[in-house]
Amino acid sequence: MKKLIKLEINGENFDLAVEPTAYLIDVIRESVGLTGTKKGCGIGDCGACTVLIDGRPALSCITLAVACTGKAITTIEGLSKGTELHPVQRAFIDKGAVQCGFCTPGMVLSSKALLDENPHPSQDEIKTALAGNLCRCTGYAKIVEAVEHAGQLLSGEVTHEQA
Amino acid sequence: MSKHDFDVIGKDQKRKDGPKKVKGEHEFADDIQFPMMLHGRIKRSDIAHARIISIDTSKAEALAGVKAVLIGSETPIKYGIVPQMPTEYALAHQKVRFYGEPVAAVAAVDPETAERALDLIEIEYEALPVYTTPEQALAEGAVKIHEDNKFPGNIAYEADQNFGDVDEAFKNSHYVLEKVFKTSYVNHVFMEPHCAVSKFDTNGELFIWSTTQIPHYLHTHLAKVLQMDMNKIHVKVTGVGGGFGGKGEVSNNELISALLARKAGRPVKVLYSRKDVFLQHRGRHPIEMRVKVGVDKEGMITGIDYNGTMDGGSYGGWGLVILFYTAAMLHLPYNVRNVRFYARRIYTNKPTCGAMRGLGGVQPRFALESLLDQIAIDIGMSPYELKKKNAIGLSHETVSGQVVRHSEFRKCLDQAVANSGYLEKHGKLPFGKGIGLAGGYYISGTAYTLYMAYKPHSSAMIRVDNESGVTVYCGATDIGQGSDTVLGMMAAEKFGLPFESIHVVSGDTSLAPFDLGTFASRVTVAAGSAVCKAADNVLEKLKPVAAIQLGVSTDQLEARQGKIYSVFEKSKEIDFWKVVEKYIDAHGPLTATGNYTPPRRTGNFKGANIGHSPTYGFSAQCTEVDIDIETGEVRVIRVTEAGDCGQPINPVSVEGQVEGSIVMGMGQALFEELKVGKDGRLLNPSLHDYKVPTATDIPELKTTFVDSYDPDSPFGAKEAGEGPIQPVIPAIFNAVYDAIGVRFTEMPITPEKVLRALDEKKKQEGMQS
Ligand code: FES
Ligand code: FES
Repeated sequence: MKKLIKLEINGENFDLAVEPTAYLIDVIRESVGLTGTKKGCGIGDCGACTVLIDGRPALSCITLAVACTGKAITTIEGLSKGTELHPVQRAFIDKGAVQCGFCTPGMVLSSKALLDENPHPSQDEIKTALAGNLCRCTGYAKIVEAVEHAGQLLSGEVTHEQA
Repeated sequence: MSKHDFDVIGKDQKRKDGPKKVKGEHEFADDIQFPMMLHGRIKRSDIAHARIISIDTSKAEALAGVKAVLIGSETPIKYGIVPQMPTEYALAHQKVRFYGEPVAAVAAVDPETAERALDLIEIEYEALPVYTTPEQALAEGAVKIHEDNKFPGNIAYEADQNFGDVDEAFKNSHYVLEKVFKTSYVNHVFMEPHCAVSKFDTNGELFIWSTTQIPHYLHTHLAKVLQMDMNKIHVKVTGVGGGFGGKGEVSNNELISALLARKAGRPVKVLYSRKDVFLQHRGRHPIEMRVKVGVDKEGMITGIDYNGTMDGGSYGGWGLVILFYTAAMLHLPYNVRNVRFYARRIYTNKPTCGAMRGLGGVQPRFALESLLDQIAIDIGMSPYELKKKNAIGLSHETVSGQVVRHSEFRKCLDQAVANSGYLEKHGKLPFGKGIGLAGGYYISGTAYTLYMAYKPHSSAMIRVDNESGVTVYCGATDIGQGSDTVLGMMAAEKFGLPFESIHVVSGDTSLAPFDLGTFASRVTVAAGSAVCKAADNVLEKLKPVAAIQLGVSTDQLEARQGKIYSVFEKSKEIDFWKVVEKYIDAHGPLTATGNYTPPRRTGNFKGANIGHSPTYGFSAQCTEVDIDIETGEVRVIRVTEAGDCGQPINPVSVEGQVEGSIVMGMGQALFEELKVGKDGRLLNPSLHDYKVPTATDIPELKTTFVDSYDPDSPFGAKEAGEGPIQPVIPAIFNAVYDAIGVRFTEMPITPEKVLRALDEKKKQEGMQS
């Protein structure tokens, strides 16, 4: 039997009827219609489905939707303001860290969560923070570079134009 | 303009799809929804080799929400990417040949209902013996996996090629070394699982959205399997979340979605789970290769003898082509005059092997580069010196007739060695640390289509309009590598316009003119040439108009920085768009096409058509490893790469290809391996159990380009997507040898193997002392 729940996604409230066994990713993608969250495995192994729950990265494919009531969920669609990109998004583009783009939403969100906590991570800290997000295209090098650069953009050490 | 004087080419360009991708707006097939769309799911066999006795779908059909159920006998049409050798069905027909083969399919109102229906399908099998290795499949009296197979037993294909006199060469050699090498069963692990959505319109025309590298081949396969006219089928490539060759063959889900959509009369999406992706497979062939190489006193290669057995899995796929590619890729990038090749591909009851990044090259390179390394060491020469001596020069014709029109391979060796300090390090690092060198190369597209056709391999159309701008239409497919950006950059350079102003429409069989697809590293050279010619043809039309406006002759005009101007008198210039407007006012729409066919070559031996390419890319790598003697763990700490991709069109993209290749190759060298149980079941079909490199595994990557420009290529460019993976594995193996003195010949080098080898080594040394 479906349950009526309220989810706060990207600052907006959604009234949803969901199965108690429904995973957050399917509710986000199918019921809400935000398809930026990607499913690469569906069982918690790849990180493509990463969203932020109360600011922390979570795998939406193994998180039950009903467990998310009362929490603030951020998906990739909630990161930019219209055409204005978040510095992490900007940095991914500037540093060539995007190829096929399938891992990108999850990568960007994990990176944002890292930088919120640790604005100046070392390369090793970045790698550790992204260890749960698989990417098969880039070999990660440019992603690590992008996250370092995003840290600098956020702290104002460099501007986008200097990229 | 001088060859390096470009405004757009050779400068890092931000790909246009970047903003969409970082915002999650890039549309992949699974993001597509239609009203009344159904979800298809596939019932897979729970036995690896069996005759199908009966299938009872009645209970599934009776389940509420099920709209169509399909079985193999409804679609008994064989297909294959090599059209002369079709071996596969959309759904198993009469027989299943691997554990997890699609046997039936259901379309239902939601995925859960479809999955429930699968459980209600009852299938009765008559079990046959299961062969999970070529050895078992080749055993005396083994049952034929394909009854109509033309070759004896379970040999899917076999062939030999013989050039020069190998036996004589070995007889006269100073030193000959032979070893057996084994490569592993690995999957592409592109991050986006296969997905296709099919929809018929009221007129019975099929529209299919799929994540494919080969819209054209999908188009032909759909026509064949659904028995429809091609002109009633429209293939639309969605965002492709990586392919690496794995989406370079038609996948069952594509055909099944179309068949179910027709049967149910509603749109149907068939999305694969990660496990389904492993079962669809088409990954790299495991090959057992006995390889022998001879050298003279100077270290010049006298001959190569290759004997390989490829484990093909259950179906044909790209196998036969890969077999001949292996032959073609055995000896380059070295000059070898005596070569003997024998290979066979064997059917086994496992998911089918196929095309994976660098196909045909990766396995023989592993063997050859390992052997050359060992030979150099054994005869007291630096591996660098030996490889440099044998490396081909600026142009070359192989003993098998492949013409390399342009090579800077020697520069690659020099640059990788210089940048890494290889000569100062090799043989001199403390125990446990090592450095290895390897070289490699790859084709930039193939000279032949898989079927007899004379049409150009690539074609493009460009429309220039003063209201809607410049649009390049080309059937090439951007699978994440950034080909749309590259094609747009080429048009921008030709017209002297900013890259951002060029629109590219690709991967659509109805909108864009014909292109073979994205494989064999062909797009930059083939589709690039077509786009360049189309652009030249547009300029041919524009220049006479500009000439009259300016009062100068056409042949002194050039298009640059938004103007068309006289190269002799810069003040005689006119705005590009003004000329376009005048042209259209006078003549109507401004369009032009261009096309490209690679030079054809052949020879009078079996497989002589395969392996030719208009041009070739090269690379060399020096790789440093650090081995933990206690745990046996091999860590790659630095890879110094020098690549000859001609003129890099978009350098940042090329670097991305190189870095991705290195990390992918490293996974295969050190840990990736699909494991198969005795019953043919995959034992690790998940990303938890099948490990791919993560961010924490990556070495320091120092990638550089050598100065290179192929004058016969569009803007001097050559391939970059598959060449750089060639040296990765042997460079690691050679580094491991340098570190601990153990010559591994079998992938992957796991910690257990390292510890066992070190133990063995200690015992032997103990015995000697
Ligand atoms: S889709 Fe959630 S971790 Fe892979
Ligand atoms: S960009 Fe393709 S998986 Fe990361």
